[in-house]
Amino acid sequence: MNPGLYIHIPFCISKCNYCNFYSVTSLDLISDFLESLFTEMGMYRGQFEVFDTLYIGGGTPSALRVEQIEKLLEKAQESFVFSPNSEITIEVNPGDVNATLLKALLKTGVNRINLGIQSFDNTILSFLGRRHSHKEAISTLEMSRDAGFDNLGFDLIYGVPGQNINDWLQTLDQVLIFNPEHLSCYELTVEPGTPLAASYRKGNVTLPDEELQYDFFIKTSEKLEDAGYIHYEVSNFARGMTYASGHNQKYWNHTPYLGLGPSAHSLLHNKRWWNHKSLRTYISNIKRGKPPVQDAEYLTKDQLRLEALYLGLRTKKGINLCDFKRKYNYDLLIEKKEIIMKLIDGGLIDIKNGYIYPSRRGLAVADSLSLI
Amino acid sequence: MKYIRNFSIIAHIDHGKSTLADRMIQYTGVVDERNFKNQILDDMDIERERGITIKSQAITLPYQAKDGNVYFFNLIDTPGHVDFSYEVSRSLASCEGVILLIDAAQGVQAQTVANLYTAMEHDLEIIPVINKIDLPSADIEAVMEQIDSELGLDPFSSLTCSAKSGTGVEDILETIVQRIPPPKGNPEAPLASLIFDAKYDPFRGTIINCRIFDGTVKSGDVIRFMHNETTYKVEEVGSFLISRQKKDNLSAGEVGYIIAGVKTVSDVNIGDTITLDNRPCSKPLPGFKEAKPVVFASIYPIASDDYEELAVALEKYELNDASFTYQKDSSAALGQGFRCGFLGLLHLDIVQERLEREYDLSIILSVPSVRYRFTLNSGEVAYIDNPSFYPDVMTIAKSEEPYIRATMMFPERYLGSVMKLCREKRGDKSALNYPSPGRVELIFEMPLAEVIYDFYDRLKTITQGYGSFDYDMIDYRESSLVLLDILVNGEKVDALAQIVHRDLARKRGLHACEKLKEEIPRQMFKIAIQGAIGGQIISRTTISPFRKDVTAKCYGGDITRKRKLLEKQRKGKKRMKMVGSVAIPQSAFIAILKSDQT
Repeated sequence: MNPGLYIHIPFCISKCNYCNFYSVTSLDLISDFLESLFTEMGMYRGQFEVFDTLYIGGGTPSALRVEQIEKLLEKAQESFVFSPNSEITIEVNPGDVNATLLKALLKTGVNRINLGIQSFDNTILSFLGRRHSHKEAISTLEMSRDAGFDNLGFDLIYGVPGQNINDWLQTLDQVLIFNPEHLSCYELTVEPGTPLAASYRKGNVTLPDEELQYDFFIKTSEKLEDAGYIHYEVSNFARGMTYASGHNQKYWNHTPYLGLGPSAHSLLHNKRWWNHKSLRTYISNIKRGKPPVQDAEYLTKDQLRLEALYLGLRTKKGINLCDFKRKYNYDLLIEKKEIIMKLIDGGLIDIKNGYIYPSRRGLAVADSLSLI
Repeated sequence: MKYIRNFSIIAHIDHGKSTLADRMIQYTGVVDERNFKNQILDDMDIERERGITIKSQAITLPYQAKDGNVYFFNLIDTPGHVDFSYEVSRSLASCEGVILLIDAAQGVQAQTVANLYTAMEHDLEIIPVINKIDLPSADIEAVMEQIDSELGLDPFSSLTCSAKSGTGVEDILETIVQRIPPPKGNPEAPLASLIFDAKYDPFRGTIINCRIFDGTVKSGDVIRFMHNETTYKVEEVGSFLISRQKKDNLSAGEVGYIIAGVKTVSDVNIGDTITLDNRPCSKPLPGFKEAKPVVFASIYPIASDDYEELAVALEKYELNDASFTYQKDSSAALGQGFRCGFLGLLHLDIVQERLEREYDLSIILSVPSVRYRFTLNSGEVAYIDNPSFYPDVMTIAKSEEPYIRATMMFPERYLGSVMKLCREKRGDKSALNYPSPGRVELIFEMPLAEVIYDFYDRLKTITQGYGSFDYDMIDYRESSLVLLDILVNGEKVDALAQIVHRDLARKRGLHACEKLKEEIPRQMFKIAIQGAIGGQIISRTTISPFRKDVTAKCYGGDITRKRKLLEKQRKGKKRMKMVGSVAIPQSAFIAILKSDQT
């Protein structure tokens, strides 16, 4: 498997209430950042095999001007080798882009757009602190198609306070009209340090209880699978596996990845390291010729095994039992026979063609499945 | 001999016993400041944390009194719980006097009274000391009043002090010299020495703590344990000045230690009399009882790979705890383990904690049981302390359970509620005494099984801490018994089974199901818990599965974070025992014996 490259653009016009990804809202440092980023690329020259995915995320990559994105892609191609049919994704905020920019993006080689739609409901959008409206989301969608993008992914959020299942299923109906190739449906999660966490702590916000969360999860899966999507990971759906995010799948199967930009994480063999979660420290380290790495961990075999188990059981594909046994010297079917039988009986997992994989209900408890 | 004073400090928990002992130790200067640590006599972590003394301790303090003479104070520290009341009585038997320490703010408490009565039984000189007089809430007059009315002691004989600041400590030391009589005894008579404790030392074997009443003992003597009828050659004698201090001999009136190549503490009986083999005393010192375990439970390692380690740990542990017994045992549900005997539930608790702490083991204890007696149709008599060996009901001619005589002392106002509790606990043949105005002594005969089932905790709750409790085994009495099985997902868990009185079976079955429901964490599938008697289900409950726990997002930065969380959860799970596919936490086994009313 070829490695993947991730580039974190740490800028946002405004911060959303629920989001804990690292970004700053002042755009003053964009050019300094890009300069540092290009230097950082040089630091890893020759260390990774040929990349076959590039994911530009954030933050808000669409906060950059088109020339800046062009330059970034150019520099990436100078510094690293990409395979010819690489998947190149950029995250775009509805309302930030126009037809010209989208066409320009397509020309630079970007072949996949991930749109941060989150909801079609203006009340929910404003609760989440999104800047765009329902109308803007639709117009961005239409423009993306018109520009010629044939691989669109939408990010959506459910389980918002006050939202009931029917509201959410209606949103999905509206989304399906646009026939997206990929859908990420995330349950709203309270992340520490966010404004949402503060309101939650004060009791101003109530989230769905476990039963309702479960219903949201199951109904989402049922509806989208009925509509022809594959529920290939806990929160991800694709209209056929060719549209599944090639880049994100690397995170779930220990394929090496290089993350550039503040707070980005990288993995190579058993080493994982991560950059400073501060734009200033990131820039100043690089200016002093130092990799902007905050810390690293060397994963033991036992840790790798636990990760392989919990990440693998987040995916519909599951875990290849032979590979697992070979890599970790651990035969799940022997060591955990009794509980696996019980979970198969209970309809939470199954075994087929040498893979152990979670059912729909199993995905809902994937974290616990890994603790068997 | 006239310069020796043997005494003990008795006090309620937190009334400042350890602080006063610390202050005396500092005052007499046997430890320099550098080596001083608080609660010097409580040398186990567990004692410091719980604020209770588990083992008796002795220390010799040389004190230069105002009359110009140097006195040797032997301070004998005693345990403070009913499980260890026999040890207390042996320690007090080694003294001529006690300091009765009372908190100036809290006044006379139940435990103080219970221990005072033991001291009175031994005809000891009692010096009441009111402690913590510098507290803003201190009420010395009220405490004096209680000393008079509740303890029946002369309030004007009492002293005041603040052990914390050291105020009044010198006074106490002087009073010990003046009021506690020096020991009596004849150094030339045949040796008569009382064993009040024994400790294991990895280099020297058993260190016997004893009080010499008559005679003299020195290294080279051949001693005899009168009850055990065993003989040993003395290697060393000495006294405790914080650390052991070798001496030429120990003679009448002294407190000290004897090392005589005794391999384990189980070779020594607390309360036994040591005499010389070639010149024995005519009869042993009074008061000997064999400390027999009365509560039994099985110990299993949580991970079956740890069995060998557990075996080694128990072997070592037993060296230092004569009242602890164990033998091999195996459970269909929990695998290989050991059946162990304890003096009571606190003792059991302490053993469990020490095994985990000092030997770093994760263990599970089965539901504790007393030892029942069954007479079979064949005439054979079987003592059963493990529900797994409950005889085939068709073969039982007679079932009997052990009874105790419980002695409780508490203020009169609680009489109604305590009587009710005792009746609920199948108590019988009560007697009532008024040892002093306002205070009652209630005696009940009760099945021991009811006492281990949360009796002491409830008594304390009912009497708001003022109830004291002590018991003696009396005999076995016929009883209608049944075996209560617990099934988890249809599988019998032998370690959760209990032998219970037929009339209480349904209630206990329900209680066990409810408790397990509280203790067993929800899992990915439904867990059915059932109570059954002879195949008939008498109670049931269900733990519903959880259905959603997965985190929505898992990308670059989330992966390490999530793994760390799972590692932590996995560690917690390792402290649970897998029974079939259900993880049962350690706490569940003990919880069955705890009621909701405490």
